[in-house]
Amino acid sequence: MGDTIEKVSIIISKGSLEGIYPGLIMANGARAEGIEANLFFTFFGLDAIHAKRLDHIKVAAVGNPGMHMASLIGVLPGMSAIATRMMERKMEQFDIPGIPEFMEMIADTGCGMYACKASVDLFGFTKGDFIPQVQDIITVGEFYAKAAGGEIIFT
Amino acid sequence: MSVETIGGVELELNDEGFLTDPSQWNEDIAVELARREGIGPLTDRHWQIIRFMRSEYETKGSGPSVRMLGKTSGVPIKELYELFPKGPAKLAAKIAGIPKPRGCI
Repeated sequence: MGDTIEKVSIIISKGSLEGIYPGLIMANGARAEGIEANLFFTFFGLDAIHAKRLDHIKVAAVGNPGMHMASLIGVLPGMSAIATRMMERKMEQFDIPGIPEFMEMIADTGCGMYACKASVDLFGFTKGDFIPQVQDIITVGEFYAKAAGGEIIFT
Repeated sequence: MSVETIGGVELELNDEGFLTDPSQWNEDIAVELARREGIGPLTDRHWQIIRFMRSEYETKGSGPSVRMLGKTSGVPIKELYELFPKGPAKLAAKIAGIPKPRGCI
């Protein structure tokens, strides 16, 4: 390998909007550059591939200094939904796709998509709970085998 | 930056191999640039994308992203990656002689 990146494996471990998007953008961007890419979803990151949940991903309104808003306000009912709606409107302006469309698109670019077996077992999910683009539920050892020879990015 | 002669025309290429002057482009140059990227022979579907990149550049001043290509070129994203495996927007732009599209999505 020279001074170029040939392959990346990106782990998404968080289930908030701001926890999911960076990994998706990096995976999609890697494929756009012709870099081989894999996405590995673990813990709350599994919500990004959960068929019933990926369309309801929310911004964290509490405990998120980036919101520039007191957490006391963030706890009010509906604040997370309002913050999410504002963020989604902004993203639409900049032509960033919603998570369901983005997942479909990233799978079409040839990026691998995998769920973490330990987390799937922990939450009591099965493969049928996930969007069809998810290729497999794999162990951490299998993840390392797939990631071999490339960079690993944890988000 | 390098200067090369392709199809009898002296061309200036930037560090990533993109034409610095898109107006110098012609179809013979496209065939040679594609060959250098390991793509060829160019099919009608390749040409559809290459011509689409040119017309987008000529009307908008920049080439489209992969997502926009998938939405507007008439070729779906899966097939775009079959035609240009090492990055459809980037490679098609290079072969079409236009600057590399700079979007993040």
